[in-house]
Amino acid sequence: MIEFSNYDILRNLMFATQWTILLSLAAFIGGTTVALTLTAMRLTRNPVMQRIVKIYVELFQGTPLLMQMFLCFFGLSMLGYEISAWSAAILSLTFFTSAFLVEIWRGCIDTLPKGQWEASRCLGLSFLQTLRFIILPQAIRVATAPTVGFSVQVIKGTALASVIGFVELTKVGTMLNNATFEPFKIFTLVALIYFVLCYPLSLYSKHLEKKFNVSR
Amino acid sequence: MLYFSDLLQYSDVFLSGLKTTVELTVLTTILGVVLGTVCATVRQYGNRASQRVVSVYVELIRNTPFIVQLFFIFFGLPAIGMMLSPWEASMIALTINLGAYSTEIIRAGLASISKGQIEAAKVLGLNFRQTLTRVIFIPAFEKIYPALTSQCIIVMLGSAVISQISVQDLTYAANLVQSRNFRAFESYLVTALMYLGLSILLRFAFNALGKRLFAYRTSN
Repeated sequence: MIEFSNYDILRNLMFATQWTILLSLAAFIGGTTVALTLTAMRLTRNPVMQRIVKIYVELFQGTPLLMQMFLCFFGLSMLGYEISAWSAAILSLTFFTSAFLVEIWRGCIDTLPKGQWEASRCLGLSFLQTLRFIILPQAIRVATAPTVGFSVQVIKGTALASVIGFVELTKVGTMLNNATFEPFKIFTLVALIYFVLCYPLSLYSKHLEKKFNVSR
Repeated sequence: MLYFSDLLQYSDVFLSGLKTTVELTVLTTILGVVLGTVCATVRQYGNRASQRVVSVYVELIRNTPFIVQLFFIFFGLPAIGMMLSPWEASMIALTINLGAYSTEIIRAGLASISKGQIEAAKVLGLNFRQTLTRVIFIPAFEKIYPALTSQCIIVMLGSAVISQISVQDLTYAANLVQSRNFRAFESYLVTALMYLGLSILLRFAFNALGKRLFAYRTSN
């Protein structure tokens, strides 16, 4: 049997942290891209499009992320689509992230007075011009703090990828636990690493929120 | 091809899983909100040291994944002499998790009650208990009720993870069924829809409860 020194444990956990960060980044990028598309669909004021976005949000906010991962990983491969744990994790985290971001951004855009849309149209700006020069600059300022805050949820969400066998921080934690039988030490370390990843983002989000409230 | 009929013979497995999930959700929602209320009160009105303790608890829980908290409680605590059954560990983990989030939410509600309002209650001759319930808690809860209830639903969905320490909840049932008949897609799809139904049902229940709790608004 191989002996694991504290150094070995830390080294393995650090290695795994890279995958957690990479998965978080991929999910966040995927999530924002899809959420942007969905937000655009919602803003077109086409009832069919709005309905689709509403169902999408309801579906992915109303079911557990773990179940979405199982469906993407085990479900799709049973249907004959070969999918790796990495792709399944990114796919389901993208659904999850985008469903929440769409709702967060909806709130941000809705806080802007409706009169601004109407005034812009009266001034002869097109829909895209209104969006580009009037709505987005204000909405982005409001949306930054909650979006950064939500990125913490994405990082925490990646922990579930361990369940479908993707080797990231939590998975390496359970593997090390099986090898060393020191669950208290290992899961404390794993939790601490997540905390070190997430807490700065939480603080930054709070800081942004304060800054925005002052300037208003 | 999809074969949903293969799931029918396992309907009692799904139902007993659903029962466990609902039971745990109801129990932890109540315990978590109580814990959150106590912590929020301490955080808002307590002395500096106790405020600090509550902040550390809230930040530690909010910035680590639920699955790691669960593993820590289930695998980690026995190592220092606290043996817990899977069910107990899940209940504690879910309560602590909801407690932290609801502390943050309820505190925002308490912060929205202005000092003048509490002083006015004193001047009007309301006693401590009346002030606490009618002037502070009910209006504070009314303000944060939507945020609090959606957090309860998020925790219910998060409870799917407890299947990983072999609590026989709805997700556990889905895993069991798909390992028997190899209908993974159908099994997980049906389970996901059951969770969806549960979250919609919970939202209706919370709305109905809210109408009753805050009925004084419409009655006068």
